[in-house]
Amino acid sequence: MAIYSLKETKQPPQSQTKAIAWLKNNLFSSSLNIALTFIALYIIYLLLPPILNWTIFDANFDLTADNQSCGREGACWAFIDSNLKMFIYGFYPQEELWRVNTMFGIVVALVAFGALIKKSQYRAHYIIGSFLIYPIVAFVLLYGGLGLEIVETDKWGGLTLTVVVAAVGIVASFPLGILFALGRQSKMRVVKFISVVYIEFIRGVPLITILFMASVVLPLFFSAGMDFDKLLRALIGITLFQTAYIAEVIRGGLQAIPRGQYEAADAVGLSFVQKTVLIILPQALKISIPNIVGSFIALFKDTTLLLIIGLFDMLAIVGAATSNSNWLGRETEGYVFVAMVVWVILYSMSRYSKRLEVRFSTEHK
Amino acid sequence: MLTKLKSLLYNNEIRAILFQVLAVAVIAYFAYQAFDNMMLNIEQRGIRSGFGFLSDEAGFAVNDNFFLEYSPASTNLQAFYVGIVNTLVVAITGIFFASVLGLIIGISRLSSNYLIRKIATVYIEIFRNIPILLQILFWYSIALSAFPSPKNSINFFDTVFLNSRGLYLPKPIIESGFYFVLASLVVGIIAYIFVKKHSDKKHDETGIVTNTIPHFLGLVVLLPIVVYLFFGVQLDYPALKGFNFRGGVDLSIEFFALAFALSIYTATYIAEAIRSGIESVDNGQKEAASAMGLTQTQSLRLVVLPQALRVAIPPIINQYLNLTKNSSLAAAVGYTELVTIFSGTVLNVVGQAIEIIILTMLVYLTISLVISLILNIFNKKMQIKGK
Amino acid sequence: MSELINKEKIGEKGCCDIIEISGLNKWYGDFHALKSIDLKVKEGEIIVVCGPSGSGKSTLIRCVNFLEKFQEGSIVVDGTELTDDVKKIRQVRSEVSMVFQHFNLFPHLSIIDNLTLAPIWVHHETKQEAREKALQLLDRVGIKDQAYKYPNQLSGGQQQRVAIARALCTSPKIMLFDEPTSALDPEMISEVLDVMVELAKEGITMICVTHEMGFAKKVADRIIFMDEGQVIEENKPDSFFNKPESDRLKLFLDQILSQ
Repeated sequence: MAIYSLKETKQPPQSQTKAIAWLKNNLFSSSLNIALTFIALYIIYLLLPPILNWTIFDANFDLTADNQSCGREGACWAFIDSNLKMFIYGFYPQEELWRVNTMFGIVVALVAFGALIKKSQYRAHYIIGSFLIYPIVAFVLLYGGLGLEIVETDKWGGLTLTVVVAAVGIVASFPLGILFALGRQSKMRVVKFISVVYIEFIRGVPLITILFMASVVLPLFFSAGMDFDKLLRALIGITLFQTAYIAEVIRGGLQAIPRGQYEAADAVGLSFVQKTVLIILPQALKISIPNIVGSFIALFKDTTLLLIIGLFDMLAIVGAATSNSNWLGRETEGYVFVAMVVWVILYSMSRYSKRLEVRFSTEHK
Repeated sequence: MLTKLKSLLYNNEIRAILFQVLAVAVIAYFAYQAFDNMMLNIEQRGIRSGFGFLSDEAGFAVNDNFFLEYSPASTNLQAFYVGIVNTLVVAITGIFFASVLGLIIGISRLSSNYLIRKIATVYIEIFRNIPILLQILFWYSIALSAFPSPKNSINFFDTVFLNSRGLYLPKPIIESGFYFVLASLVVGIIAYIFVKKHSDKKHDETGIVTNTIPHFLGLVVLLPIVVYLFFGVQLDYPALKGFNFRGGVDLSIEFFALAFALSIYTATYIAEAIRSGIESVDNGQKEAASAMGLTQTQSLRLVVLPQALRVAIPPIINQYLNLTKNSSLAAAVGYTELVTIFSGTVLNVVGQAIEIIILTMLVYLTISLVISLILNIFNKKMQIKGK
Repeated sequence: MSELINKEKIGEKGCCDIIEISGLNKWYGDFHALKSIDLKVKEGEIIVVCGPSGSGKSTLIRCVNFLEKFQEGSIVVDGTELTDDVKKIRQVRSEVSMVFQHFNLFPHLSIIDNLTLAPIWVHHETKQEAREKALQLLDRVGIKDQAYKYPNQLSGGQQQRVAIARALCTSPKIMLFDEPTSALDPEMISEVLDVMVELAKEGITMICVTHEMGFAKKVADRIIFMDEGQVIEENKPDSFFNKPESDRLKLFLDQILSQ
């Protein structure tokens, strides 16, 4: 039998300062680690200086320079500056640019207002209302009509076009995706069959073939009179494509809902539509939100394919800008610029998605 | 009578059937309309129908060609085949390098070394958030501007040349004993399999572990080399003639840029799959393994990797499929794979969009299906029993 | 059944100290998790360690097989001192086996392969020998007919019994139990405790971290009470439960035994 005297709480032995201890543990803890550290430093040495040199130190920030005076050792940022309007607005006429700006401004205002009325009971009405009304407003602003001059879609381009296509894509594919997700879960064999065939078909082929099909084949299905706007064809193609992928994401959410929810809804006597709209879908969508954002990110990346079918998204503008005899050979600057813009947008989206994931996983405890 | 009809209408099963009949009818109606219009439009535009065009002469040259015989006099069908082969070649190349790179980066993400971990994370965050098409175009433009002209090619031992037109490798001339080398490789592999089996049996029976790596090196690596040297296999070396290289195998710069971009991009997803596979293995597993006295290597090989791979391989195979589909973006740089040749050039010449696009899609669907089947078989075999 | 534990290895109880812990201090960052622990375990002793959660009981036994590193003090297991030396660590781990709270069976291997893994790859036994021994041990814990099933096909109690058999397969001199029944449904606890009681009678050195006081009363030679990273009191079961000396132990016993 033994009783022990109470010991004191002490600080851990600090043989080195915190910084040195960190270095020792994280970089130099074993011979393998030491070797790895040197390899890592070498890689950084190989890659970082050339990149920094080209983009910053040797680059020409003189915005009045032209192609000749810019030089070739580093980036010529004057190229970007002089073509900035084209990168953002495409070929939209100068005098009408205010319409595009208004369209974007309204979005910002809507989102800001939405954040303000977060607690209001009318929030759902507000969101649904905006989703129904804003597209019409945006379309009129961009395209014309109602007293505004018409700007054909072949003049749309740049970041504007990318955003428009991505937005239309996600909004249009969402309800369709829900339908197909439900369809694939359905007990009705025909409905299930159609859904499965559609989803697996679209997911098995590259987007470019769908875009080709929409571009070339779709007009053939309609009476000769109708002239199909090029952008519209692309939008249909993108929507068809995105629908299949969203459907799979939502199906994952549907499957994650415990059987008990379906059974409770049935037990209370809800019809299929009521059960789906009031109980099942809200939960499925909530669970799937991180993956839905992921799908949106993929869609945003896919808008670059418009380049191949002759529409002028931001990437295509690089080609347009460099084919101008004033700025030959500046593709690299263009690609780097577009890459940076897109990267910032997508990285922000994926960070937001991660935050959502964390929020939802803690909620579900 | 009326009430009976009403009750029928409210019957769930009847409703389901009615709904489906309605759905099929609606779809059939629209399909018929679409088809009808299509036939009309085709007639009006004077486009032919059917697959007869496949036996027509193609009339265009193809930039890249592996294994097959092709010239502008070949048929469209042969162009179709060249397209398929080119797609597969770039896909397999991309898959190989993406896997290797993805494995390295995935493991680096879990390294205890801070710098290595950070570099891997930065790599993934950068290349995952830039569209693949942009990456393809970027690397292509870099290759075009940074690589030297054929006259000043980067030269590796006078056998391999790299310039802005492509990568040039020597090609073994089949007749000159190359088959012996190939045969010796096969023999070496079979012999090694036997050696491994024997060593495993010995381990089972006596507990003694024999290292078979020397055997591997000797049989599979050294043996073919010895045979090669013995028979003096002839190689067709690339040589600069005029403005360009002749002879040997040439991998066009377009192929290069495409394969490179695809590898870099897909590697990010593969790395993440591997990382989450390894992380999915419960910590307790590693603890139990090391508490038993297993070395790090043994623990990895016997406990961690078998479980990690089961989780990681399905998404990795999905990425292989994505890479194959992404190879269709070759049109942007002019690499002549299936979509560029068939849905591009042939379509422009022949005009029969529907048949051509359907054929193209069928090829990809077949590839998807094959990969899905492989995945299913894998999942069934590897399923952890009881879960 | 006792032939399975090599009788030569086990001396008479009370002969020699098989585990010597002196001045053991461990920190997690700035948190002082183990405060100057001194402990000697004789060969064949059954020690039960108990205490409130966070007291460091699991940390203590995990230091014995070096699953946790410690910054100050020394641990000597069967003559081998535990340091960063990989060889010494492996030596200790080949003589010490651990049973975990969450079993940690390998789900991708069958039950019998779970058992033969360490004997084959660490102790270089032949497959035949390892399998025979494994089947005998499985029989002993009552799982023989499940030998070719997979862990996820068994209940929690069965899995833990397999884990015990797996720990025995390497003929260890010391067995560490880290809350072996805490993750089990109540009706399965007794089947595992029964196996542990049988083991205790065989003469193997055991250190158990557990809340099962009935088990402690039945088989422990000594019970050690820990709180806030230090050993507060230790005693023979009788005195431990009936004549607690320190206030903290009295409080703990009140809480535990009032259930």
